[in-house]
This record gives sequence, C-alpha cells and structure tokens, in this order.
Amino acid sequence: MNYFQLFNLPAKFDLDLTELGSRYLKLQKQFHPDQHSSGSERDKLLAVQQTANINDAYHSLKQPLLRAEHLLALRGLKISHEQRSFTDPLFLMQQMELREQLAEIEQSADPDAVIDDIERQLQQQKKQLLQQLATALDSETAEQDHLAADLIRKLKFFFKLQQELELIEQQLQD
Amino acid sequence: MLLQIAEPGQSAAPHQHKLAAGIDLGTTNSLVATVRSGEAKTLVNSQGRDMLPSVVRYTADSVVVGYAAMAAAVDDAENTIVSVKRLMGKGYNETLALKDKVPYQLIDQQGLVAINTVQGVKNPVEVSAEILATLANTASETLGGELNGVVITVPAYFDDAQRQATKDAAKLAGLNVMRLLNEPTAAALAYGLDSGQEGVIAVYDLGGGTFDISILRLRRGVFEVLATGGDSALGGDDFDHAIVSYLQQQTGEAQLSHQAMRQYLTTARNIKEQLTGSDTVSFSLPVTGSQFSGTLSKAEFEQLIAPLVKKTIRACRQVLRDAGLTSDDIVKVVMVGGSTRVPLVRSEVATFFATEPLTSIDPDKVVAIGAAIQANVLVGNKAEGDTLLLDVIPLSLGLETMGGLTEKIIPRNTVIPVARAQEFTTFKDGQTAMALHVVQGERELVEDCRSLARFELRGIPPLPAGGAHIRVTFQVDADGLLSVTAQEKSTGVQANIQVKPSYGLSDDQVATMLKGSMQYARQDMQLRLLREQQVEAERVLEAVSQALKADAALLSAQELTTINQALTTLASVKQGDDTAAIKAAIEHTNTLTDDFAARRMDKSIRSALTGHNVDEV
Repeated sequence: MNYFQLFNLPAKFDLDLTELGSRYLKLQKQFHPDQHSSGSERDKLLAVQQTANINDAYHSLKQPLLRAEHLLALRGLKISHEQRSFTDPLFLMQQMELREQLAEIEQSADPDAVIDDIERQLQQQKKQLLQQLATALDSETAEQDHLAADLIRKLKFFFKLQQELELIEQQLQD
Repeated sequence: MLLQIAEPGQSAAPHQHKLAAGIDLGTTNSLVATVRSGEAKTLVNSQGRDMLPSVVRYTADSVVVGYAAMAAAVDDAENTIVSVKRLMGKGYNETLALKDKVPYQLIDQQGLVAINTVQGVKNPVEVSAEILATLANTASETLGGELNGVVITVPAYFDDAQRQATKDAAKLAGLNVMRLLNEPTAAALAYGLDSGQEGVIAVYDLGGGTFDISILRLRRGVFEVLATGGDSALGGDDFDHAIVSYLQQQTGEAQLSHQAMRQYLTTARNIKEQLTGSDTVSFSLPVTGSQFSGTLSKAEFEQLIAPLVKKTIRACRQVLRDAGLTSDDIVKVVMVGGSTRVPLVRSEVATFFATEPLTSIDPDKVVAIGAAIQANVLVGNKAEGDTLLLDVIPLSLGLETMGGLTEKIIPRNTVIPVARAQEFTTFKDGQTAMALHVVQGERELVEDCRSLARFELRGIPPLPAGGAHIRVTFQVDADGLLSVTAQEKSTGVQANIQVKPSYGLSDDQVATMLKGSMQYARQDMQLRLLREQQVEAERVLEAVSQALKADAALLSAQELTTINQALTTLASVKQGDDTAAIKAAIEHTNTLTDDFAARRMDKSIRSALTGHNVDEV
C-alpha cells in the first residue's frame, strides 16, 4: 500500500506534518468505527480495517525513519531484507565512544551535565544525518537510494542510543 | 450503512430519537446516565437514588443488588459480593492476594476465579451482569422503553481479558454494547464538551479499586488519547485497608472474622470521609468483652496513605514520559472518582501538575455523564458526529518466542483500531499445525506478562520445512479487543484458529451461560436468535439501499441487477422465521457487495481529501 497516495500527498521525504495531521483527522472522522456503530456487521468490520490502515499509514509517515523506509520500499528497496555490514570505521568508532560515555554516566560527578552533553551530541548527529538523508532521497537515483539505506541504518543506531539515554535518565530520577 | 457518509446538513433519514445510556460500572458504585433535552444527567431509580452500590447479594432463591445488598453486607458477608470488578477477567491464581481482603469465598473454576455462594458458584461476569441489568432497568423505566444501545466505561488500564469479561457481562444482561469507553476519556468528554477546552489535559482517576492516569489532547473536536497508565489494583479501597491495619494495631485484634472485618471497613470509610472536613475523628470498635475508643488525626491519616498517593504520582510521571511531555504541557487536570475528595490527593496532584485540578462536575458522576454523551452520539441521535475519539491500546501485545521471551507486535499507546501482521514458517516437513501464545504487558519475560490466549493454527498445507509461510494478522478493534486471522501465503489457504482464552470465557461458555441465566430461561432462545438476524438483515438492506442511492454509478448494469436481486431475496427471506436462511441471505448479499463497498471506500477517501490537490502542496 502506498501511504502517500492514501493521504493524497506527494511521495517525498520532505513532508508537511501539519498537513498530514489534518488529512489524517479528516479520514479518521469519516471512517472511525464510531461513525458506523449502527451499520451492518460487515460495514463495521470494514470500518475497523480501514481505520487500522489509516492509523498505520499515519504512524509510518509521521516518523522520519519509517517514512524514509516506506519511500525506499515504494522504490523497490526493502531495508529489512538487506543484509549489509558497515564499512565505515569512523562511524563505528564514534558509536563505541558514545556507548562508553553512556556506561559512565552513573559514576560521573555530575550525571545531569553528562546526559545533557550526550543529548546534544546525539541531536547534532541526528540532524546532520537526517539532512543527508533528505538530500539522498530527493535525487531519486539507485545509487543515492542505497546511500539513503545506509543513512537510515546509521540513524537507527542514534535513535537507539537516544532511547537508552532516556532510560538511564529515568532510572537516575526514580 | 455501507460506510455511508452523511453530507453536512443532509441527514441519512428522518430519525426518531433512540434510547441510549452511558453506564459507569464501578468497583464501589455504579451509575447510569442519559442525554435528555440536550443535557446529560444521571438517572435515579424508584428509591430516588442515582448511585447504585456495586454489591450483589445471593440468597437461596433471590438476587439483590445495590443498597439492599449492602445492608446485608455485615450479616451475610459470605454471600454478598463487593468489588467484583477487581475479579473481572482474572485467573484464580492472580487473586490470591485478595483472598484475605474479601469476606466471600474465592474458588478456582477451571483456572478462572469464581465465588462460592449459597446459590451455587457464580463467576464475576454473572455478578457484573446483575449490576448492569439493574442499571438498565432503571434506565428503561425512566425513559419508558427498551434501550437501543449502551456505552459502558472501563478503566483505561484494563487489558483484553478484562474488557472481554465486561462485554460478556453486558451480553448476559441482554444489552447492546455500542462501545467500551475508557473512564478518563469519558470524564474528559463530560468536561470538554461543556467548556470547549483546547490543549493537553490530564485525567486523574482515583476510584475505589483502580487508578488511571490519562493524557489527552483536545483540539477541534478531536479527543486524542496520547498515553494512559496507572495501576489496576490501587484505589480508595486501599486507603480503607490502610486505616483498617492502623485500627487493628490500636485495638490489638490481629485476626478479624469476616464480620468484624466488615465493621472495621465501615469505620475506616467513615473516618476517611469525615477527615475531608475535620482535623480529628474519634472512633469506637468492639474488642473481646469491651469497647475500644480512639482517635485518628488528619496528619496521621495522611501519613498512612502518603505511600499510596506517591505511587499515583509516580504513575503520572511515567505517563507524561510516555507521551513525551512534561508537567508544564498540561493545561488542565480533571479529577475523577470519589477518592479525589481526599485533600491530600488534591494537593499532591495540584503540586505535581502545578495547576489547580478541575472538580466542578461531581467526581462520582463525571464518567457516567461522559458515557451518556458518547452513547447519544453513537446511537445516532446527533446528526453530525463532531467529536472523534482516538483511543490507544493500554498495554503492549506480544507473542511468546523461544526461551520464554516476548516479542512485541503492537506496542502500548498505539492508536486503535490497529492491525499488524507477522509471518511464521514451519520448521518440520509436512507440518500442518502451529501454536501461538499471545501475551499482554511490558516485560521481557512471558511469565511476567499477562497470558491472553493460546491460538492453534490448523489446516496448514503440508509442505517441506520452511515451505509454508503463515501470515498471522492481529487486529485490535475500537474497544481494544483482539482478534486473530491467519493465512498461508503461497496457497492462500485460510488456517483455522482455535482460541483458548487464558483468563476468559470461550464463546461456547458465554452461550451456555446465556441459556442458563434467569433472564432468558423465560424467553425463547430461538426467537432471540431469529430477531438478531432480522435486525441485522434490516441493517444490511438499509445500508445497501443507501449506498445504491448514492453511488449506483460505480456499478455496471450487470452488477446492479445482481445486487438488486440479492436485496429482493433478502427482503423476502427476512419476513420468514428461518434463522439460517436469513443468515445465508445476509452473507450472500455481503459477498456480492464487497467489491462495491471497496470502490465506495476509495471514492470517499478521495472526496474527503478534495480541495487538497497534490499540486497545491
């Protein structure tokens, strides 16, 4: 299913999220099972299925990584089926350093400051990679698509680190 | 209606006012409310009361519900069921902690919890059905007719088994449930429609037996649940038990009989209520041979309950995190549940969210009022449904994998309805069956999650190992209830699924209970089934006719003729009394119009988004 088509939006990475949100609500208002509670059983079931699709589509387009993956899938490139290993030693080094920093938060004298510092690094890296991703996806060539796939894989590492950072922050608070 | 879209200002049919009610099925008290002359109000029974204690007493030959049952709670504690909501959808082994806290006898009924009464073994679904039937009666009597449909509220934290049990209870009570609505969402509805509030709000719901915290976003008539959390085993009852423990320390009575326990609980409740207004309360309790008198100060009481209130605030912090928000983002806090009258609760909540909570609607009634508003919309009394409730699944759904680990399929706080598919392959040559174990919860290990159901897929075509690819689709509907379908991909064979709910009743069991219940012993079961099919036939006829009126242009002449023939047949079969034939005619019509429905859906998606062309963006 082409999620961009469902919302009648251009299949581009650079998406107007406000517009997506308002179209999502429009469709929800029309198809939500609550609008069909006096309908026949089949129509109720259809409403559930259709809203599930709309929810899935919105969820996938809203998040940049999922949106990029969907865009690549529409172009015939499935990331989850791709088995490629990283050949970028700089990136791997950077990941290892960040992991070490995460592990040392608890022992540090000022954990909050360290968290803030790592947070800043992560945000900065993410922002850079997302910009590169947007450029790669815009050019719509096979070569750039593969580059985009690599960028998505890298970004996943950063999103994962971000999650772990939040978890550590929570544990420190509790 | 075949996903019929009513154009603004053009209602589908000149509609008559239908009877609908909202029911707050609470742990301690239950209420029923309805919208009359545009205003939602709770309904009073023949004794002039709107609050119905959620208490059911079984005697040898009768069932008593409400105040009359509660009056017997001390003398006939073993046959008087209180707080049954805590037992809904639970396994016997999960209720062991409650065993000492309830005065009635919990027993193991094939893994499910049930209660031994003088009238025999009763399960929580049957007990709840009595409460629901009593409320529905109040509504029918007041409104002068049978209810067309009801909305029943459940804690946002309720899992699939607990929601299913609630729906089963309604079925047993003979009610048409249009929707299970989360209690906090209902409360927000009650306030939201009144004041037109926009922004992010928190609903803090501390009832008798459950605590829910929900974060909702209200904008342009849309109620969006951003996140929910809480504790399904924490509430005002725990305040009472904390006081009881204190009283026991004072009187030195370590072991309490069921009757004494009841008396201590009553005293504890009185103390709690009086301490909302005064600083010290004195009490008197019988001890062996004499009477013990003592006092409890507000400060002491607050010390007793402080850990419980702290627990609720921790849950508030967690749910804000889930929603990706901080307490600064919250513009309003709605208070729900009688326990929010406790001053310490109000002040702690006000401190945490840095805003004075809303209490203008009676916290005991606000949920029922919200449910009534939604029931009125769903039954079709409001021409244009302006409000849209987007709900989320409260707990993650997962599958058991190798080594007793869980794999999440649908993470919590995903907007529902939702469908997710997962693919499995066979690991043996010629394998024709496969077992799946679905669990609900956030933990890594299966044993720490709630077992929902075991599914057995049968009828997989025999192929070499790894040759069969089975696509299993998990679908959660708007009520948060799960259904599962499976299909072998290469052959398209639909695998049969046998569902064995871990802590719920199977469809057969519900049917047996229906037949056995007093409610339907007098009625003809066959007649009931016939009526149900006739009503459904009526809906199908109405839906397809409306669809043809609007969109016959989407059909070829041939298709139109076939559909019209099916409609004529259905209309004539409907007049008869052959239930199976009506069912078959409905299915035939549905199959014939599946394509038509899909085309109409595409068309309405396009028309919903007209005025938004790709070019303009």
